[in-house]
Amino acid sequence: MAHIENTDPNGYKPNQEIFSEVLQQLAATDRDIIAVTSDSRGSGKLVPFGKKFPEQIVEVGIAEQNLVGVAAGLAAAGKKVFAVSPACFLTARALEQIKNDVAYSDNPVTVVGISAGVSYGALGSTHHSLHDFAALRAINNITVVVPADNFETAQATALAAKTNSPVYLRFGKKVMNNLKEENNDAFVFGKGRVITEGNDAALIACGETVYPALQAAKLLAEQGIHVTVVSMHTIKPLDTELLAKLAVACKAIVTVEEHSVYGGLGEACASYLMQHGLHKPFRIMGIPDEYTVTGSQQDIFNHYHITKDGIAEVVKSLLI
Amino acid sequence: MNIKELEKKSVGYRKKILKYIVGANAGHTGGSLSCIDILNVLYNQVLNVSPQNFTSPDRDRYIQSKGHCVEALFVVLADKGFFPEEHLETLCKYKSHYIGHPTRKVKGVEQNTGALGHGLPIAVGNAIAAKLDKKDYKVYTLMGDGELPEGSNWEAALTAAHYKLDNLCAIVDKNSLQITAPTAEVCNTDPLDEKWKAFGWAVKEVDGHDIQALKEAFDSLPFEPGKPSLIIAHTVKGKGVSFMENNLKWHHGVPSTEEYALAISELDNSMQKAAV
Ligand SMILES: [Mg+2]
Repeated sequence: MAHIENTDPNGYKPNQEIFSEVLQQLAATDRDIIAVTSDSRGSGKLVPFGKKFPEQIVEVGIAEQNLVGVAAGLAAAGKKVFAVSPACFLTARALEQIKNDVAYSDNPVTVVGISAGVSYGALGSTHHSLHDFAALRAINNITVVVPADNFETAQATALAAKTNSPVYLRFGKKVMNNLKEENNDAFVFGKGRVITEGNDAALIACGETVYPALQAAKLLAEQGIHVTVVSMHTIKPLDTELLAKLAVACKAIVTVEEHSVYGGLGEACASYLMQHGLHKPFRIMGIPDEYTVTGSQQDIFNHYHITKDGIAEVVKSLLI
Repeated sequence: MNIKELEKKSVGYRKKILKYIVGANAGHTGGSLSCIDILNVLYNQVLNVSPQNFTSPDRDRYIQSKGHCVEALFVVLADKGFFPEEHLETLCKYKSHYIGHPTRKVKGVEQNTGALGHGLPIAVGNAIAAKLDKKDYKVYTLMGDGELPEGSNWEAALTAAHYKLDNLCAIVDKNSLQITAPTAEVCNTDPLDEKWKAFGWAVKEVDGHDIQALKEAFDSLPFEPGKPSLIIAHTVKGKGVSFMENNLKWHHGVPSTEEYALAISELDNSMQKAAV
């Protein structure tokens, strides 16, 4: 697999690297922090973790079902477990273990889907995870969290370690610019993070699509259209309070996600709005239900207009 | 408790399994009867588990991978005082916690099982945690022979050997039948001992209805230092009731009133013999 190393002049990093750094900080003072990997410590940026804390990493080889089952057993014995594997395998092949051994048995594992969405864009459908929100939203007793930037990733990782119930954390390989100059926001699961405010439209995005949504908002602002951008980092439970507020305040709502348009953030929002009589012009941006488009993550975002210009166009089309 | 007393306990457990299956009009009769002697020896002779220590991090862990034979587990847990036996009158009733598979809503149950091939990976995680924490407790899991084709078992078998989990004991209730047909016809897994040995386990075979032999096998754990242990318990599906033994019909067959009366009279005879 060809690796293009992510470097960034501003010091921003891929979220999965931040995850690894925070996990190392936590593990240094808490022997119960355990990472479980399925030959995935390289992609999970956990090589330094394994070197520093050889007693706190459990390697099961390429065996995702076993990865999650073992993680559940460790958690049942009191360990704070992070089960780390590419999201595409983890949430498909080991879905039954997530459903039964983690969620149903209520073992407080943090299931960590790395290189998610179309991070492995050129590798094809086997390596894309565009189903994971849909699958996990339909499973009781798991919080689904998709941090957008380095700040949210650090917060989410630390919070997951403290949370005594199942969590799914999902992120990718791309260097993620911080969304705000100052990151003083309180970060809690289930509360969306408002990045910019404006009453013409609301852009509700998650993960690596929040940044292009924010760029779109800046472009629109230059044209006199003022948009609220929300990083809806928790897909479940959804921040319906914020959603309802935006539906009242704004003239249109656009959701953006690196996921199938079926069953993800967009449909979660649509379902709530429809059932609560909050009807505004509404559009879901994501990956449509069609044969896999391949290329880099950016190529695929371009293809589906998940870009500054593409998102801005959709917002404007709803405001006519 | 001596062997004779344990044998009597097994007969009593068998009667209760049938009673509550008839009450619920549902249950896995044949498999519960095949594994009950194993559970009897585990809970009455082997496991350091009681209602008093169930929240202690030092207790032994038992995870029933063949979750469908929950009636056997419930009857034993009731006998051990985890909950009043009359709770089992609600078995499979609306909103009862006593459903057709083990769940942690029932005191004494470690993990929610029911889907096959899940017990061993969880047990492996438990056993790794014990090693990391330098604790002495042991982890046990009971599998059916019909669930062995599930690939997750073999993934976990590799991990158990890799981590030298000699604090882990898996038991296969080898009753040689499953829902469709004899296991050898559905998907032959023999020779089981050689497979598990090749995966790095130490293996013993016992008569799964011989209380003394089961006890001796458990007493000799770990079979080899540095290796996980597997007990292949040769059992008879439907054991203890002549017309249920080795008969596919009783995989989840529920006895009629007449069949139930006949089964109980057979078991009462066995009880009298066991008392001699
Ligand atoms: Mg069988």
